[in-house]
Amino acid sequence: MEFDNSQLMTMLPEIVMLTGALLVLLVDLMVRDSDRMWPYALTLGTLLAAFAAAVSVGGGSSEIILGGNYVRDAMGDSLKGALLLIAIPLFIYAREGLRKMDEWRTEYLTLGLFSILGMMIMISANGFIALYLGLELLTLSLYALVAYCRDSSKGAEAAMKYFVLGALASGLLLYGISMIYGATGKIDFPGIMQQIAADNTGDNTIFVFGMVFVVIGIAFKFGAVPFHMWMPDVYQGSSTPVTLLIGSLPKIAAVAIALRVLAGAMESLHQDWYMMLVILAILSMALGNIVAIAQQNIKRMLAYSTISHVGFIFLGILSGTDEGYRAAMFYAVVYALMAVGAFGILIALDRKGVVVDQLHQLKGLNDRHPWLALTMLLIMFSMAGVPPTVGFWAKLFVLEAVVSIDMWWLAVIAVFFSIIGAFYYIRVVKFMYFDKPIDDEPVVVGGAAQTMLAVNGLAVLLFGLFPVLVFGLMKL
Amino acid sequence: MSFEKFIFYIFSLVLIFAATMVITRRNPVHAVLFLVLAFFNAAGLWMLLEAEFLALVLVLVYVGAVMVLFLFVVMMLDVDVAEMRAGFMKNLPVGLLIGAAMIIELLMVVGPKYFGLDKFAAPVKHAADFSNTEALGMLLYTDYLYPFEIAAVILLVAIIAAISLTLRRRPDRKYIDISKQLAAKKADRLRVVKMESEK
Amino acid sequence: MSMLIDFWNWLPVIIQIVIKIVVIVLPLMLMVAYYTLLERKVIGYMQIRIGPNRVGFKGSLQPIADAMKLMFKEIVLPTKANKFLFLIAPMLTLAPALAAWAVFPFDETLVLADVNAGLLYVLALTSMGVYGVIIAGWATNSKYAFLGAMRSAAQIISYEIAMGFALVAVIVAAGSLNFGDIVRAQQGSAAHWFWLPLFPLFIVYFIAGVAETNRAPFDVAEGESEIVAGFHVEYSGMAFAAFFLAEYANMILISALTALMFLGGWLSPFEGTFAESWFAWVPGFFWLLAKTFVFMFMLLWFRATFPRYRYDQIMRLGWKVFIPITIVWILVVAYAVVNKMPWWFNT
Repeated sequence: MEFDNSQLMTMLPEIVMLTGALLVLLVDLMVRDSDRMWPYALTLGTLLAAFAAAVSVGGGSSEIILGGNYVRDAMGDSLKGALLLIAIPLFIYAREGLRKMDEWRTEYLTLGLFSILGMMIMISANGFIALYLGLELLTLSLYALVAYCRDSSKGAEAAMKYFVLGALASGLLLYGISMIYGATGKIDFPGIMQQIAADNTGDNTIFVFGMVFVVIGIAFKFGAVPFHMWMPDVYQGSSTPVTLLIGSLPKIAAVAIALRVLAGAMESLHQDWYMMLVILAILSMALGNIVAIAQQNIKRMLAYSTISHVGFIFLGILSGTDEGYRAAMFYAVVYALMAVGAFGILIALDRKGVVVDQLHQLKGLNDRHPWLALTMLLIMFSMAGVPPTVGFWAKLFVLEAVVSIDMWWLAVIAVFFSIIGAFYYIRVVKFMYFDKPIDDEPVVVGGAAQTMLAVNGLAVLLFGLFPVLVFGLMKL
Repeated sequence: MSFEKFIFYIFSLVLIFAATMVITRRNPVHAVLFLVLAFFNAAGLWMLLEAEFLALVLVLVYVGAVMVLFLFVVMMLDVDVAEMRAGFMKNLPVGLLIGAAMIIELLMVVGPKYFGLDKFAAPVKHAADFSNTEALGMLLYTDYLYPFEIAAVILLVAIIAAISLTLRRRPDRKYIDISKQLAAKKADRLRVVKMESEK
Repeated sequence: MSMLIDFWNWLPVIIQIVIKIVVIVLPLMLMVAYYTLLERKVIGYMQIRIGPNRVGFKGSLQPIADAMKLMFKEIVLPTKANKFLFLIAPMLTLAPALAAWAVFPFDETLVLADVNAGLLYVLALTSMGVYGVIIAGWATNSKYAFLGAMRSAAQIISYEIAMGFALVAVIVAAGSLNFGDIVRAQQGSAAHWFWLPLFPLFIVYFIAGVAETNRAPFDVAEGESEIVAGFHVEYSGMAFAAFFLAEYANMILISALTALMFLGGWLSPFEGTFAESWFAWVPGFFWLLAKTFVFMFMLLWFRATFPRYRYDQIMRLGWKVFIPITIVWILVVAYAVVNKMPWWFNT
């Protein structure tokens, strides 16, 4: 395919992001401003501009450009749009939290923007090379962010664990990719799909071997059991604004690469990969929900809750139907929205010198700050899957997808574990509403973060009442 | 056995030997030096494949720069080998199990059955004036332009990450500000005092 | 004559190669030997001294005497030194310094191995030289030696980047990695040589070359006044001589490479002028030698003139001055080449 400049228009969102990230880096050098208003405003502006760009170039039939490495299609448009929109409250909360910790530096903004750029590259990857490089861009930024608070030994330990396991996962992924490349001689997804479909030897051992490693690599990045070891430690060890980033948006990108690889390139191997996903999903739902009950640290609890949500996302993917894929996308987007809100509330409760990460610190929140308590209530209900919040629909859609391929037993298991999971979400609500506060310090939270949290909580409710507002945008 | 084959076996044997030594040497400096040897032989193998650009860049980047930094760090560290070996026996069974699994997989998949000459024809030998560098550059800047640019961004992020993790303004630092030194004028340093001469 | 050629062709290839190597290395070694004498003489006169003048006519046999002395000295092994690495380090320094000459074109046709990626080969080999220094510093088991090795490693790595970037621009300008092609791309006149369009890089390359060879004013790795003699403090006899030979061979190599890449190599400086035909009988090799000699002399001149840089100043110069200059100039050169700017790139 010949290259011409008009192709660059198609990847305008990525170009805007990269330019914005570089500008933030430079502006920080030029502007002597302890409050860092300029880089911050520029960050939000970049996200909005990239969103506008994604909307303006989006729609229409899919295009494959840049030598078959980049694809713009309906799935990419919707996931990218969701990613960029949810990133806005994320940075608002992060600023709040970092200022309270006296760690408000521009590196968070730069590395954060680069990690989002990495996710966008993953979302529109049309081949293993772009996918892998996008993944590395994302994880490299995240490794550095986990160690962001340089004087925290916990943070350094978490960064080390994350790095070692992340490197291992990348290695496994590359191993799988090299096998598939060796077997098919193609590195782009449509090419691989054709090669696998055209293979008539009846012996697909090598594809399956490659696929196993690719699935393990993806499961590592998702944090699905049994490849979840890094998640609780990383969530707990990094500061809350960083956990906010790690725990929310990357799931959207992960669902995108899972769909591109499994549903795209390896469509005809569905029989081989769906059983793997079934095992991963059941283990994740079981372990995530049961172990979360035992946690006293909220960040750890949310880490295990993430693991269980990953199990649900896998349910949607393994169904192998378009509805299932849409349900998985919807679930990931909804999950990101909820996770951003949940960590945002922890940040709002932080004070100078006091980090809120223990469950008992939430006791009596209703008496101290009713709005925050209500937002947290909505988000916890949504995570548990209680109607009329959006989390209910997310769970319902993936269950529908599983039922539609006659896997009743799997749906029953999923419902069973989500009932167990409801216990610890509702325990948070009980702490907030029915227990006495253990400290009477007023909750100080900045105006922008407070407004955004209210919007975030209401969005969870609104999308729960009208799920089609989001689900309708999830196109394949 | 042709001369080329002979060279291939020499390079491969030394490579395998060096790689084994890397993981068995007790002294980390020796291990790094064996790794250098391994890279050197790998470069030789690439040379045999007519990929002279890759071979030389491997030597230039890995041997000439990356491993020097590696050596730099390893020499400064005081690695306690005994402590590192403490968990060796405990982890050995798991390691052996995983190693065995990998070897079995490799034996099953990577072999003439799937990658034999009947599946992939041997590459044609190029003429002596064929420039591997030019061919590689052509591919990198056309078909693989997008991944190439992403790789550049990744390197930039690596720089930012490394600097943000290590650069800190220490209040007790004693560095000299060179621009300040250069900007110093005579008037800043020298004061001419008029004094009555003593009698 | 034809009998000689027949005899040459009758020799096995391996013998032919060995003879070619000897023909290159032997004069090189002689050059190194007399370069040391030249250094002592030049610096001596610059400092209003006479320099060595006892052995032979005006000291002309001094290098031979030095070599004899070193050859018969004992190689002392420090206690607890790593014997193998201690002894192999000087060889590791000397080998790349000599091997780099394999692809060096002395003339239009006079080259041992005319490989496509000659420039990369030279760059790769010169980057290997640092191992000898580091290994020597570590294996000696002495703090002074170790400090010298650390300084040298950091310095060489830093300047290699600037050097590499400068060479990237040369490659872009010449459109080839082959030394012969690089020289041929400079044909025309002395103004066509790359020193003019690549002037900042010419300067950067030569200074980085001085730093790469650990020569004054960048000789912190030896730093006699601070760390005695740095990495080779415990070396004696032939082991020391090998380091010495490698250093001077590298100096000659850097000078020759600068002449080759920026001053038109074997091309006559009178090319394209009225005087071209007057000097047509001069062999290209002579021009190359003359240009190389200019840089060799400058290396000595530097040593006599400049005080030693402080370590942090060296790092600052490398990272904050040279690397930005080279990156900017690569862009300039790339723009000029794409737009076929006359009169260097319009052919």
